[in-house]
Amino acid sequence: MARINDVGGTVGFGAVDTADDPAPFHADWEARVVGLFNALRAEGLFNTNEFRDAIESMPPAEYLTTSYYERWFEAIRALLERKGVIEPGELDD
Amino acid sequence: MSGDHSDAAIARRVRRMETLLEEKGVLSGARLDEIIDASLSGASPANGARVVARAWTDPGYRRRLLADGTAAVRELGFMEGSYQRLRVVENTADTHNVIVCTLCSCYPLRLLGPSPSWYKSEAYRSRVVREPRTVLAEFGLELPAGTEITVWDSSAETRYMVLPRRPEGTEGLGEEELAALVTRNALIGTAAV
Repeated sequence: MARINDVGGTVGFGAVDTADDPAPFHADWEARVVGLFNALRAEGLFNTNEFRDAIESMPPAEYLTTSYYERWFEAIRALLERKGVIEPGELDD
Repeated sequence: MSGDHSDAAIARRVRRMETLLEEKGVLSGARLDEIIDASLSGASPANGARVVARAWTDPGYRRRLLADGTAAVRELGFMEGSYQRLRVVENTADTHNVIVCTLCSCYPLRLLGPSPSWYKSEAYRSRVVREPRTVLAEFGLELPAGTEITVWDSSAETRYMVLPRRPEGTEGLGEEELAALVTRNALIGTAAV
């Protein structure tokens, strides 16, 4: 079964916003998330395929309402919980 | 962004993750800073532009680039040690190429620099495979009706880069001047040079 990330050819996402980004990241936390991904992968906590799977198995409603790097963050959180590095809920306020 | 996904809320959660990882001895803040600095240095569309300019001026290099992109960019010092395969696709008088990653955001980062937001958007990923001519027109690239368009869908293992057509009237230009004409969007295929 196709997962929500498999959007190729689907209809209804509207026009492409072709505007260029002034900088690679819109906020500092986005750069930190990419750094966390690279660092934790380098430390062997997960590999790229596990990471992609974690993003692509997000519930559709969550996938479609989160930004690109929020999905990265949620995937890292899910993997760290699955591997017992952090406890579920440990990141909550 | 609104509600639970406000920038401040997610920024706080990211900081908390960093703190927890440091407390648990998994990852130090210093190591994270080092990796953040290293991950963006060396990734730039200027690298892809250099490859294109070399291919425009050296027919032997162009042949090697189209036959085995990974090996040819390594000759110039790019993607060294990468496990990914690079395939370079060439635009001609009657064919045009454009790249996408419909499933996520795969992209030859080292050669093209950080990808633009639109490349990662559902709108681009869903539509460019279905109606490429219309999407390219939205980028301001109007192709003749007779031009055949090929869309290349990237994967974790294979990345693509477009070899744009060399503009007319550039016969007298050197490699560096030619490289300066090549934009990131031309390397993706959403612009011409």
